[in-house]
Formats: sequence, C-alpha cells, structure tokens
Amino acid sequence: MIWNEEIETMSRQDLEELQLKKLQSTVKRAFDKIPYYNKKYSEAEVYPEDIETLKDIEKLPFITKDDLRESYPFGLFAVDMKEIKELHSSSGTTGKPVVSGYTEKDLDTWAETIARGLSMMGIGENDILQNTHGYGMFTGGFGVHYGSHKVGAAIIPISTGQTRRQIEIMKDFGTTGLIFTPSYGIHLGEVALEDGIDPKELGIKAIGFGAEMWTEEIRQKVEEIFGTKAYNIYGLTELMGPGVGVECEAQEGLHIAEDIYYPEIIDPKTERVLGENTPGELVLTNLEREGMPVIRFRTKDLTKITREKCKCGRTHARMSRITGRSDDMIKVKGVAIFPSQIEKALLKAGDVEPHYLIIVTRPGTLDEIEVKVEASQDIFFDGVKEMMAVQQRIGKYIENETGIRVKVTLVEPKTLPRFEGKAKRVIDERNLH
Amino acid sequence: MKIKQLSIFLQNRMGSLSKPLEVLTFADVNIRAMCMADTSEFGILRLVVDDPEKGKEALEQNNFLVKMTEIIGVEMNDTPGGLTSVLKIIKNNNIDLEYLYAFSHDKANKAILLLHADDIDNLIEVLQENNVTIVPSEEVYNL
Repeated sequence: MIWNEEIETMSRQDLEELQLKKLQSTVKRAFDKIPYYNKKYSEAEVYPEDIETLKDIEKLPFITKDDLRESYPFGLFAVDMKEIKELHSSSGTTGKPVVSGYTEKDLDTWAETIARGLSMMGIGENDILQNTHGYGMFTGGFGVHYGSHKVGAAIIPISTGQTRRQIEIMKDFGTTGLIFTPSYGIHLGEVALEDGIDPKELGIKAIGFGAEMWTEEIRQKVEEIFGTKAYNIYGLTELMGPGVGVECEAQEGLHIAEDIYYPEIIDPKTERVLGENTPGELVLTNLEREGMPVIRFRTKDLTKITREKCKCGRTHARMSRITGRSDDMIKVKGVAIFPSQIEKALLKAGDVEPHYLIIVTRPGTLDEIEVKVEASQDIFFDGVKEMMAVQQRIGKYIENETGIRVKVTLVEPKTLPRFEGKAKRVIDERNLH
Repeated sequence: MKIKQLSIFLQNRMGSLSKPLEVLTFADVNIRAMCMADTSEFGILRLVVDDPEKGKEALEQNNFLVKMTEIIGVEMNDTPGGLTSVLKIIKNNNIDLEYLYAFSHDKANKAILLLHADDIDNLIEVLQENNVTIVPSEEVYNL
C-alpha cells in the first residue's frame, strides 16, 4: 500500500517543481531567521534570491556536524521556544551532542515519513508493532512511535533490553511487526531459540531495522531467523530522525521522502556533486522543517542514489544501503578500508556478527592494522590449535575482503568499549598531522 | 565416568587469571585441578571444580566465555614410570591426546591423570581393556 499516493508517485517534473518551491522558502527562512546561515551565506556571497533552480543549491556552503555542535544547544532554531514541542539529541559519543528541535508541524512531518515507510513494509492499522528502539533522547524510539500512530497500528513501546520479556510479549500479544537494530534482532532471535521458541513461528510479518551499519548477509540472517522480510530504515537526528529513507517491498534501495528531504551525493574529498548511481557521501537538506532547518548537511554516510522509477510504483529516489562512513574510511598502506568489509569477513567466520574494533597504528614507518574481536561461543573451542585456526581464518577472510593483511586478536567477551546508537569501529592511533 | 571440565577463554595479560578465580570464590565453587594452555595473546584455563554447573553459571554471569568439555581421570601409580605406563598404552593404540594434566591424590601412592582426546569413548574403551582404573567423576569432584 502507498501511504501518500499523490506525493509518492508524483512525476519527476512535478516533484522537482515542488522541491524548488520548498527549497527557496527554506533558504529564505534560514537566512532571515537564523544568524548562523545569515553570516555564513553572506560571507559566501550567496543569497536566497540566487536559488533559481534546484541545481543552484550547489552554490550554498555545506553544514557539518561541527557547525551543529558549535550552535549547541539551540543556535540553529528558526522559531521561538514556545513553538518547540519536543527536543532530541544525538548521543554525543564523538564530542558535544547535537540537539534537534521540533514544532508541532515537524512532529507531524516526521510521523508522515515513518507512516510512508511502515506502509512500504506492509504495516497498517491491523498490525501490532513492537518497537525495541530506545525511547529517550535517541530519535529511533519516538520517530517510529509517531509514525505508527499515523498508520493506526497498535504500538508496543517496549524499548531496548529485557530480551526475555520481549519474546514473551511477542508471543502473548501476537506482535506482527518488529523494529530493531540488526545486532539486537539477531540477539533476540538467539535468545528465543535458546528458550526453545522458534522465532519463525511467532507470526512476524515484517521487520524494520536501522540505526546501525549492516551488510546484506546480516539482512539475510535476520530474515532467516524470523522467516520474514526485513526492511532498512535510514535517518539521522540532525535532519529529524529515522524516516529519511525506507525500503519498499522491492528491497532495491530506500525511498527517500524527496518532498521532505533533498538528497545529493558528493565526492567527500573534492566536495563536487556526483551523478546518479555514483557512490559518494550523502548530503541532505530539510525541505519541510520549521523548528530547525538544516541545509546541505554532510552526513558522512556513503551511498549512491538512483532516480529511476521503482517496481513498487513510487517515483521518489532510492539510496542504496549505507556502505560505510566517509570518516570511518581508513587508508592503510594506501588502500581504503571500510569497517563494513571487516564485518563481512567476520560474518563468514562465525554465525553472529561479533563485536570488534579496528586499531590502526604506525609503529615505525609502516601502517599496521589490528582487529580485535570479542570471542563468542561459536568461535570458542577447548583447544589452542583450534583457536589459532579461528584467528587465522578470520585474518584470511579479512585479507580476501580488503587485500590487506591484518593482525587478529581475540579478546574476552564484553571487553571492547560499547557506544550507544551508532558504534565507533575504528581507532586510528597514527599521528598523521 | 566422564568429568565435566570448565574451559575458560582468557586474554594473556597481567591479572587476567585472578578475576575468574574471584568469581568462583564468591560462588563458593572449589577448584580440584587446573591447567592453563596459553599463547602470547590468549589462553584457555581448564578447571575441574566440585560443582561444574554452578561454576559455569557464575562465570557466564560475569561475562566469561566458558565451555563445558568432557575429560576422564585415570588412576596411576605415584612412582617413577607411573605416567609412562599409561601413556604407552595410549600411544600403542594410536590415540592422539589433545592435552593432559595430573595431580596427586590423597590415596596413598596414587595420582590422578586427567586426559582429553577427540574420541573420548574410544579412549575409555582402550584404557579399560588394559585394566587402567578410571576414576568416577564424583570422586574427582569430591576429592
């Protein structure tokens, strides 16, 4: 089912006209109401009236996470606090957190994007949706919550944790839809199996997952465990929260709500805008946001975009799943390596994606990579020979995937640092400055 | 007859042995025998304790990676050549031992040898055919 047929199946030409109108008014409001944009645009000598076509967006400077941090907490708000109905914040693991403010209308827009996504997944008013995303400052919980209200599903706001209770509720309440991060989903499935419950028999119709980087193998694993389709949800607190892009039943990329977010792909090094189907960094602009319009935000997420009409009938552009982070990319011995490659290799070595950390050092003049992997039941054997073989096997898979030989170290469970929300996978100890 | 041994994965770093031992102390689990297999980076601590289930649970609750593995204990003479005579039987029957460790017994002149092989049932059979006394697991737990 298509939630907003008129908008979601709009012709490209009509959509672009709508986008331009919204972009012009967003830039004007930002310039008039927010000193940050006023100063930045004046310095770059670009003004709202210079936006005559969509392509003119390229004249505007980018905004980065650092800019948002400098405006902490409310520096980018375009409205008075009396208009703001809700505040969220990113976890701030890599520095000062970023705050996001929402007016009543923003909350409704946010819910609209999620409602479109839930409809793509086949979730509607007859469904019971169990939301294991954390409720709190993290946008994952509430975003899904509001969207679920909009489509009329019955939401179970259970939040993360209490795994056995989650399973009990799924069984007793007859949950038909699940929202989780891939790693928590796999954990849920495993605990259920341990307790003699086959997740396939719980009658789950659809799974929405996101907030974490994943590989196609992880999706297959999740789908296998629960015997149903799993759909990718993408979003970020800076722009609103989850719902920027959601996958439809075709599972061929995530539809970006293009009347609400304007996507661009740039080369992270040259900052030049790239064409369709070319991988690069995603840049997003709020086209429909009162509280805190963010214009040309560098997400650091690597993906590519196609504007080809989808099998499902929707015309909105599709982005491929995030394949890495432009700031997570490490160049070692001249080769670019992404944590997702390491993940892929680790998944081949064991059943579950283990917790891991990549540490890059330069002891002399040469780079060295160490991958620390938390040992788990499926890669632990009561024999030194077998354990050495596990280490070697992981090393070999990583070498096949990246072309680089790395040192693999198995460490005790739960000894690597945990990060809330998006995990930090790389520690670069090289002093390259 | 088979003894349930706890194998615990540890990193090879200073002090890594003390935490699991503390956990067992706190859980009131007594260690009967132990050995450590180690490499420069990690080690496998193998323990025979008086209550393996309780020990495993306590360790897992504290995030240790534990596997319960089966080994057997045989009685040997606590005299020069006692170990050799048992090993000779094993070798003559082409059994590849994965590891072994031994400790002395309070029975006069006897020691206990703990053995692990991939095919543990075959090992038991061979030893029994050669009249080697296999110590009941309860006896080892309750030493």
